[in-house]
Amino acid sequence: MRDSLRTESRSSRKATPAAKSKSVVLHVAVIAGALAMFFPFLWTFITSITPGAGFSIAPQLWPGSPSFEAYQTLFTERPFARVVANSLGLALVTTVVQLFTSATAAYAFSRLPFRGRGVVFAIYLATMMIPLQVLIVPLFAELKAFGLLNTYLGALLPTFASAFGIFLLRQAINQVPRELDEAATLDGAGHFRVFTQIVLPNIRPALATLTVFAFMSSWNAFLWPLVVLRSPELQTLPIALAGLQGQYTTAWDVVMAGSVVSILPMLALYIFAQKYIIQGVASSGIK
Amino acid sequence: MALSTVGITPAETITTPQAGGVRRRRTSAGYVLTVCAFLLPSAIPLALFVLGPMIAAAWISFTEWNLITPMEFIGWANYQSLLADERTGEVFLHTLQYIAGYLPLVYIGGLALALALNRALKGRSLWRGIYFLPVVTSWIAVAIVWRWLLNPNNGVVNVALGWFGIDGPGWWTDPDWAMVSIILASAWKDLGFVMVILLAGLQSINPDLYDAAKVDGAGPWSRLKNVTIPMLSPSTFFVVVISLINGFQVFDQVYAMTGGGPGGSTQVVVQQIYDLTFRYGAAGEASALSWLLFIVILAVTVIQIIGQKKWVHYA
Repeated sequence: MRDSLRTESRSSRKATPAAKSKSVVLHVAVIAGALAMFFPFLWTFITSITPGAGFSIAPQLWPGSPSFEAYQTLFTERPFARVVANSLGLALVTTVVQLFTSATAAYAFSRLPFRGRGVVFAIYLATMMIPLQVLIVPLFAELKAFGLLNTYLGALLPTFASAFGIFLLRQAINQVPRELDEAATLDGAGHFRVFTQIVLPNIRPALATLTVFAFMSSWNAFLWPLVVLRSPELQTLPIALAGLQGQYTTAWDVVMAGSVVSILPMLALYIFAQKYIIQGVASSGIK
Repeated sequence: MALSTVGITPAETITTPQAGGVRRRRTSAGYVLTVCAFLLPSAIPLALFVLGPMIAAAWISFTEWNLITPMEFIGWANYQSLLADERTGEVFLHTLQYIAGYLPLVYIGGLALALALNRALKGRSLWRGIYFLPVVTSWIAVAIVWRWLLNPNNGVVNVALGWFGIDGPGWWTDPDWAMVSIILASAWKDLGFVMVILLAGLQSINPDLYDAAKVDGAGPWSRLKNVTIPMLSPSTFFVVVISLINGFQVFDQVYAMTGGGPGGSTQVVVQQIYDLTFRYGAAGEASALSWLLFIVILAVTVIQIIGQKKWVHYA
């Protein structure tokens, strides 16, 4: 962060004993808080490798005989291989399609002036304010009429366009100098070439941010997949996880193993893309 | 997100055509085709799966419908029966209880974290990363993990409380504590989100303001009160607006932690919409309730946007 140098030098300038002990207190508080925040993740993992974990036995900080048999149960007795594949497939398709629809729309709103564009853009943005819950009943009826209930396509269609993605990419395209477009236009490039060869390469960080967000929202989505994907072989991780909790009310090692399987890929993505995720969240709060 | 959209001026959204050549092409058929090619991929899904259903929901809310047999137009009857039904007041009350517990917790916690992590700390980005971790996990996983942590029989939280001689409550199994359990899990999940928004706000404060306050003899507390808090008000405003919008729509964690129970003590508005549609086959009434919810959210948001002039300072 860009202020780090400033605070660093400021604190080293006045390293009085009082300031030093204050800094120690601050460190201890921040680290203790972070450990408390992390504990539920750790506990989830520990429970998942504790055979027979349940309400009837006292919690053990480390299992006497740790084992991965709960994971085996997930992938042999339960269709979790299929479930993970479903989640992964839906998230990948959603991400690719959202990147395409967001980038093209963002280009139009930044570079293709037409009458009424401001109004159209305002309508696009207004769709962000509409809660999914309002749409559930008519969407259910609509997809039923199309014969798309219980299909991957039915789960995917409503995620194809994202007003948030369009807004994010439009902000990025507005930052690309127009002189670049003009130079390309003079060389005879049309809008399609300006879009693919000038604009897209110049907004890579915003595309990365959107990739992470689109993937994350699809991977974690619950309400719509719950409504549209009713047959067990089509279920995604959050739904299978909710179902697991109902069926294995006593076998908490299995339920927690399911949680680990659902959390781990996001954790990995987060470690690689932390910069883009935090940037995306931070930029949503700043105009 | 919605908020940043509010601040856009028309001048910003309408770019002036750069050259005469462009203006000429604007009217040509080729240009119209180009605009369509770029806009239709997003316009079609938005129209079919957001705007269309939105209008359809308004229509359905005036019908009696169980999703199977044909709809029957019944006028305002759904709205009348919702307003007469005491459960409607209850589900809104439970939702407000959730917001009243969640918002102060997540804001004060997020602010404390943002202030702490804005200072020179060893391993700062690691700690920041850990606090943000729950934000990227799914609500269902979080709800299930917290059900496990907070279970009254041998749950790790109650066992830990026992070490201090405290007899832990029944958490999600007790009607008096079930909402508290949901609030705790939600605050844990969203703390990092609020922290990042407020951190970004803190870093956009002009450091000269602090130096000026110091010259004027302001102590740390006075600087927090007179510089940080007012200068942070746009970020605070954003957090409050977003948290209220999301708070009124609370569902995933309720569904997975309590399903609205025990004894209906955590039945929130969206859970009620879901149950009306898929459990009681009352899709018309569910649509009416979802429109009521939307109107409430819209009103609350508009009131905040009007009210912000009184307390939000834009630099």
